[in-house]
Amino acid sequence: MLKTFKIGGIHPAENKLSAKKAIEVLPLPKTVTIMVAQHIGAPSKVIVSRGDQVKVGQVVAQSAGFVSTNIHASVSGKVAKIDTLIDSSGYKKEAIVITVEGDEWLETIDRSPDLISNINLEPKAIVDKILQAGIVGLGGATFPTHVKLSPPPGMKAEVLLINGVECEPYLTADHRLMLERSDEMMVGIQILMKALQVTKAVIGIENNKPDAIAKLSELSKKYHGIEICPLKVQYPQGGEKQLIKAVTGREVPSGALPIAVGAVVNNVGTALAVYEAVMKNKPLFERIVTVTGKSVKNPSNFLVRIGTPVSQLIEAAGGLPDDTAKVISGGPMMGKAIPSIEIAVTKGTSGILLIPETEGHRKAMQNCIRCGRCVTACPMGLEPFLLMTLAEKRLWERSEKESVMDCIECGSCSYSCPANRPLLDYIRLGKMTVGGIIRNRKS
Amino acid sequence: MSASLIYTIITISSIGVIAAVILYLTARKFYVYEDPRIDEVESALPSANCGGCGFAGCRAFAEAIVKDNSLDDKFCPVGGNDTMSSVANIMGLVAEAQARRTALVRCNGTCEFRPKTSTFEGASTCAIQSMSYGGETDCSYGCLGQGDCCVVCDFDAIHMNPVTGLPEVDDEKCTACGACVEACPKNLIELRKVNPKYRKIYVACRNEDKGALAKKACSVACIGCGKCEKECKYDAITIANNLAFIDSDKCKLCRKCVPVCPTNAIIEVGFPPKKVEPTEVAPSTAEV
Repeated sequence: MLKTFKIGGIHPAENKLSAKKAIEVLPLPKTVTIMVAQHIGAPSKVIVSRGDQVKVGQVVAQSAGFVSTNIHASVSGKVAKIDTLIDSSGYKKEAIVITVEGDEWLETIDRSPDLISNINLEPKAIVDKILQAGIVGLGGATFPTHVKLSPPPGMKAEVLLINGVECEPYLTADHRLMLERSDEMMVGIQILMKALQVTKAVIGIENNKPDAIAKLSELSKKYHGIEICPLKVQYPQGGEKQLIKAVTGREVPSGALPIAVGAVVNNVGTALAVYEAVMKNKPLFERIVTVTGKSVKNPSNFLVRIGTPVSQLIEAAGGLPDDTAKVISGGPMMGKAIPSIEIAVTKGTSGILLIPETEGHRKAMQNCIRCGRCVTACPMGLEPFLLMTLAEKRLWERSEKESVMDCIECGSCSYSCPANRPLLDYIRLGKMTVGGIIRNRKS
Repeated sequence: MSASLIYTIITISSIGVIAAVILYLTARKFYVYEDPRIDEVESALPSANCGGCGFAGCRAFAEAIVKDNSLDDKFCPVGGNDTMSSVANIMGLVAEAQARRTALVRCNGTCEFRPKTSTFEGASTCAIQSMSYGGETDCSYGCLGQGDCCVVCDFDAIHMNPVTGLPEVDDEKCTACGACVEACPKNLIELRKVNPKYRKIYVACRNEDKGALAKKACSVACIGCGKCEKECKYDAITIANNLAFIDSDKCKLCRKCVPVCPTNAIIEVGFPPKKVEPTEVAPSTAEV
């Protein structure tokens, strides 16, 4: 029997429309907008000014603290302005706008396609290189990778888990990456293993990607210490804690990090970025983005420079369908509707999903009928109906006691509610408020 | 009368007497002295339990007054000066009179002035909408129109106007408890001094964007041009972060700032309509 996590979980329709489409390189845009806050943690500090000439791969904003990272120019050209522009949150944030002139890369970047597989660097040097290259978790949470690779004193990683689950419906970026860039990814995993000083790595892949499982299983004979673990299809298996539970059977305690059970989880995209950074000196300035949707002419997977406007990706996939109701950055479960298609791609943009009018609206909310489906669906074993009521009544202390902070915001509760209650909206409000209260208490 | 009935009456009565004695002794033993003034002060308060004084209800406020034996920084906005003077009488203290305040919504971004650019479908509360994104218009500082301020009002003093989509304060009913000020995630509501006839002059905007951007999002946005600041003789207007602010304590209601505002962001309320200036008439009389 295939492994999976045991509590909760749902089965949304997969709709992997672009699974057979090879990754295409998106042509360079005319201008790019590089947001300064693209990761969890402190926003980086801008170190270029208006009128500066930059090359591809040049640092434009520097890491501001331990939980922060560098941001690089994704194109060559002139810095047109440093302004505040809206990002996917709809709020104005600091951004660097670069006008594209040619495509001149830094000389240090190795652009040859040859595979380099001998790892000579020491663990510390690897982590440093990852920080310099500005690598963050590419699964969507954008947590700086160098932080994950520096376990707190007294804790040691035992196993490295590689997340190739891609449990979000529609998205296929990781799937294509595993098929097309498999060798580079495998070397990337070995680099991560060396950085963490572990001897074992397991790639978790859901059973709906048999081609990727077959290809990587074949390759794993060549790469020592890397195992493939096929998993039963279930959402949200790509969640860090769910993946650990599914693969190792260990449960991360409430409020703890995965390292508490000896595990470190990285996405397949991150592994590839690590390979490119360490072996090819190439910082993180492009990523694979799935552009998809039921009315989209050519659902595709694009290799996109960070900062490209979303409108350009939609254009390349056959244009914006007339019946589009919502444009979502990310997948349909955890993604977020964006208020404008001029918003730029960031390090965390895993997909652009166009939802047609027929499916794009919420249904009217009704009263809770106490069916308990949200409780059954919650992969963290919480009681979403209760957390929603507590947030509605602004009972924050009680929310904290009911472990609102353990919510991973997967949306399984809202998805399964027959009364269309906006459970996750309220739980997020509770999480945000309780998080603020906890931070205040600490300081 | 049967004997059993008599026995029953005797037994029950004696249980009652014994229980009363036990209760009396227990009450003596565990007696806690409570200042009688707490009850007196509490009965003088309006019992709205709104929290406008900063304490968890009227009882907590009364306890705090008696405990501190002072009225410094303690004011019941609902009862106002009358309540505070009767509290002061009970306590033998002097209450400082405070001007009455009411809430004011500093946004005039109606659908007409501030066109919608997106639609929000999530849970209909301002708190959640503001957490999710900047709002349905291009102005991320303005009113979201979901009415959190109306929900929290205990005095039925603030209502959404369905035409403008903005909340309106009923000055007669508003007690300045501050619940709406706390509830607004955009910090649009301010408590200000009440002028005669509820007259007020204020900048109905909180947009801190640069002028051009603010104007693009909303035609009545404050663009921070500073014309009103120059016009004001009483230093009541200050400009910070591309935004003008009129200090209601300094404002003398002269209305000079209203016509100079290029975007009509300064609003006057409660004044009689302005008479047409007799400038054209005056010279003619002089000629005669």
